[in-house]
Amino acid sequence: MNTTNNSTEHTVKAFDSDISEMRGLIAEIGGRAEKSISLAMKALANNDLDLAREVVKNDKQIDALEEKIDRMVIQTIALRAPMADDLRELVATLKISGVVERIGDYAKNIAKRVAVIDNDLHIEPASLLPAMAQAASQLVDDALTAYATRDADLADQVCERDRVVDDFYNTIFRSLVTHMVDNPKHIGAGAHFLFIAKNLERIGDHATNVAEMVYFAVTGENIGERERGDNPSDPLYSED
Amino acid sequence: MNTETTNIASSNKMTTRNVDVFYGEKQAINGVSIDIDMENVTAFIGPSGCGKSTFLRTMNRMNDTIPSCRVTGEITLDGEDIYAPSMDVVQLRARVGMVFQKPNPFPKSIYDNIAYGPRIHGLASGKDELDQIVEKSLQRAGLWNEVKDRLNESGTALSGGQQQRLCIARAIAVDPEVILMDEPCSALDPIATAKIEELIHELRGKYAIVIVTHNMQQAARVSQRTAFFHLGTMVEYGDTSEMFTNPQEERTRDYITGRYG
Ligand SMILES: Nc1ncnc2c1ncn2[C@@H]1O[C@H](COP(=O)(O)OP(=O)(O)OP(=O)(O)O)[C@@H](O)[C@H]1O
Ligand SMILES: [Mg+2]
Repeated sequence: MNTTNNSTEHTVKAFDSDISEMRGLIAEIGGRAEKSISLAMKALANNDLDLAREVVKNDKQIDALEEKIDRMVIQTIALRAPMADDLRELVATLKISGVVERIGDYAKNIAKRVAVIDNDLHIEPASLLPAMAQAASQLVDDALTAYATRDADLADQVCERDRVVDDFYNTIFRSLVTHMVDNPKHIGAGAHFLFIAKNLERIGDHATNVAEMVYFAVTGENIGERERGDNPSDPLYSED
Repeated sequence: MNTETTNIASSNKMTTRNVDVFYGEKQAINGVSIDIDMENVTAFIGPSGCGKSTFLRTMNRMNDTIPSCRVTGEITLDGEDIYAPSMDVVQLRARVGMVFQKPNPFPKSIYDNIAYGPRIHGLASGKDELDQIVEKSLQRAGLWNEVKDRLNESGTALSGGQQQRLCIARAIAVDPEVILMDEPCSALDPIATAKIEELIHELRGKYAIVIVTHNMQQAARVSQRTAFFHLGTMVEYGDTSEMFTNPQEERTRDYITGRYG
């Protein structure tokens, strides 16, 4: 039963429509979080303060969606007493909405830095950030696709590919630190870029969290704990 | 499919091996092997007509009363074949008590409903002891407070839920080793149901308990082991927590998630 898809309908049809409504809401909150990431990076690249403010404003809708999903899941658990695959899916949905909301927060955090970064500086290592953001955002997208299609294999791939984002982080971290040592005047902006890289790295981790929940919901089993490629010598590289 | 179970043999109170049950030509149960132990409450679930009651009745030979009914295979209580010619059926039914879906009090007083079993099995040495058994049994079944002032009234004058608790008290009164319950709460309100479930928790470990229920939440609440029946076969048998979060068989999943039929 490891790759089951719940194609058969419930005898109580209203249950199916509740579930598809919640799945729709996850698609919506996920889409908004992905959009926040790309808009925040665009605002950063163009030093576009209006766009950055829009990202911050949009985050409220993401928060509201999370609340709505949580309420619906709790209500469904109370009213329909779901079992087995249904229960796992609802619990996964509840957790995924929380994780996606956090992804939105990281995007917001990036957007907030646009106003305080001195854009005239040329900090070469920061040029890798758009590619890193692209990789992290793709992970989020794939994790949500795995959720939408109940695809345990894709979820597994997402966890595997989180390494790519981690590698970006390690590279950017090292080169930024080196750059800051050589250019003490860039330390302020460099620190902001470090935090941005950190935010993107956390987005990748959260995409992995989503994928792990999808895997559990679909298979009933936990995905094997992976070696996360953490760098113990890096004090910033801890879970926050 | 796991008709072979992994229970430790020493704790098995009852075992069945390859049990088939026929009503005339029609086969109602097909090759069921299960171990029932003392430590766990076992729930039988499955769609209507799948054979839960039929199978349950084989465990204390209640089906002997149905002329067309034939049982093959082996069923043991403490290792002893309950279908052996030497088995005393009256004694067997005292050791393996049963509570039915529809409450069936005797048309006697509340007191006598409970006292009947202990009397015929000689479990009380006098009136005082009998009074004690009656009170203790009614208390355990959560009925004492409601009937203590009307013990001489007829059992049939009680409400449906009270009658069911009376029948549970009656089953407990003879101090059985195994209690088989066939949808004992189907006629009860949520409070009375909760009382029965609490009672089942209390009795766990003292008696081996098997409960047939259509209420999945009830199976989840009261049992540690669950067996899912479908079309006369036992499809899956395992830990209740596992069955309700991650059933191994698709038929089980479809049934417990409400996708059956
Ligand atoms: N006395 C009988 N004579 C003939 N057939 C019977 C008899 N009792 C039960 N059956 C048949 O045996 C099958 C199993 O019935 P059983 O009562 O054991 O099902 P069940 O799982 O307890 O159903 P429910 O959940 O509705 O109580 C059914 O097909 C039923 O028609
Ligand atoms: Mg029945």
